[in-house]
Amino acid sequence: MSADSEQQSIRCLVAKVGLDGHDRGAHVIARAFRDAGFEVIYSGLHNAPDEIVQAAVQEDVNVLGISILSGAHNTLVPKIIDGLKEYDAFEDTLVLVGGVVPDDDKAELKEMGVAEVFGPGTPMEETIEFVRENAPER
Amino acid sequence: MSAEPDHAELVDELLAGKHRALARTITKIENRAPGYRNLVSQLHQHTGNAEVIGITGSPGAGKSTLVDKMANYYRERGETVGVIAVDPSSPFTGGAVLGDRIRMASNVGDMEVFFRSMSARGTLGGLSTATTDAVKALDAFGKDKIIIETVGAGQNEIDIVKSADTVAVLVPPGSGDDVQMLKAGILEIGDVFVVNKADLKGADRTVQELREMVHMQEDNTANLATGHHGAGAIPDDENDDSDADAEVDEPESWEPAIVETIAKDGEGVEELIETLTAHHDYLETSGLLEDKERMRYAEEIRNLLRDDVGNLLEAEIERRGGMDELVAGVVARETDPYTVADDIIDPIEDCMDQLGDRDE
Repeated sequence: MSADSEQQSIRCLVAKVGLDGHDRGAHVIARAFRDAGFEVIYSGLHNAPDEIVQAAVQEDVNVLGISILSGAHNTLVPKIIDGLKEYDAFEDTLVLVGGVVPDDDKAELKEMGVAEVFGPGTPMEETIEFVRENAPER
Repeated sequence: MSAEPDHAELVDELLAGKHRALARTITKIENRAPGYRNLVSQLHQHTGNAEVIGITGSPGAGKSTLVDKMANYYRERGETVGVIAVDPSSPFTGGAVLGDRIRMASNVGDMEVFFRSMSARGTLGGLSTATTDAVKALDAFGKDKIIIETVGAGQNEIDIVKSADTVAVLVPPGSGDDVQMLKAGILEIGDVFVVNKADLKGADRTVQELREMVHMQEDNTANLATGHHGAGAIPDDENDDSDADAEVDEPESWEPAIVETIAKDGEGVEELIETLTAHHDYLETSGLLEDKERMRYAEEIRNLLRDDVGNLLEAEIERRGGMDELVAGVVARETDPYTVADDIIDPIEDCMDQLGDRDE
């Protein structure tokens, strides 16, 4: 009946998980995503994995960007992924990790279901482009 | 239309209490996804049970922190809570940083508090048009309390009265001189005024100024409120579950209450919630709640029709060669905007007339 114009918008959760308190990078990426026209939900510091899962599910984000600099990715990321699966939210959420991740771990994270890992020095455009191309439809 | 998905499965899952389905429903509403109207239609019959509270006020007034503490309080009473927090979007890119979730610290990990950030997506008045529909989704899901936190836009942010039963306006201490209190707009819509950050200097004065303002308003409406016990004595036709006889001397007009809070410490939250409850009780016993609901639906129907007619007109404009073409004629002084508008609307009016004749 109606011809309401659709207003698809890419929604991203930028999450800091665990104990590290360095959120400059998360702020920069949140701002860059905003300027790219995305809707960004920023989780704040020191989130537990289940908080991230709760936020990702309730906000129905297409993209979950996890920022970790503490090296605890191997323990924290799997917990988040399991949580997303529990709520049937894993399949259509693009999970990204940003931070300092050794190459060996990178492969392991990807095997787990992380779509991409962005290390230090990644140009912002590269991340944005990746999101644009891979964000699941809603 | 048959081409549109009917979302029956999504509705079933939502009604069954699946968080994912609720979240996805709100997304479809926000995106105006194909079939979203049908989706909202299906939800409608399951709504009408939640108490909807609007929280508004200037940026930095402490809305999010207060909402967090309120949600926590309701949870401790065993009630479930839905929160919709609206944040501004960029007029240039449409992008937004939705940052209110950070302040929901008291309810972290508690899925019974469903917190959803919404971008204003360019709507004026700070309240996305999708917000009302999202409230319906939360209502149908079974939330007892729904809190809408508006964009901290400012003085003319009054759309919230169209969506909430009770409106609380946060006024931080020292927010302007007493002339601000005379101005129209946001201060006229408060059922409850909350002087948050009451520990700051100037809080007493702000409370005092609000009190004066409220009393002046009361004088204004004094003529309208007739008879002291008259209105309450008239039995309402369908007051089923509320025990009307328990509170006979209910006042028939509501004087906006002023509550002081320090949201970050949770101080005054209990009093605020009691006041909000008192206002809701007042709305119920006075029959105003029903009036509000009727007004709300009338407004909603009008809005939907305006949208639809607007779309019909857009299609008609396209058929006539598009807006550029029409404007060209106006710029060349061959015609004028009024004539163009008449040309487009006349045939539609004729159609309506014919339909009217047929019915008679």
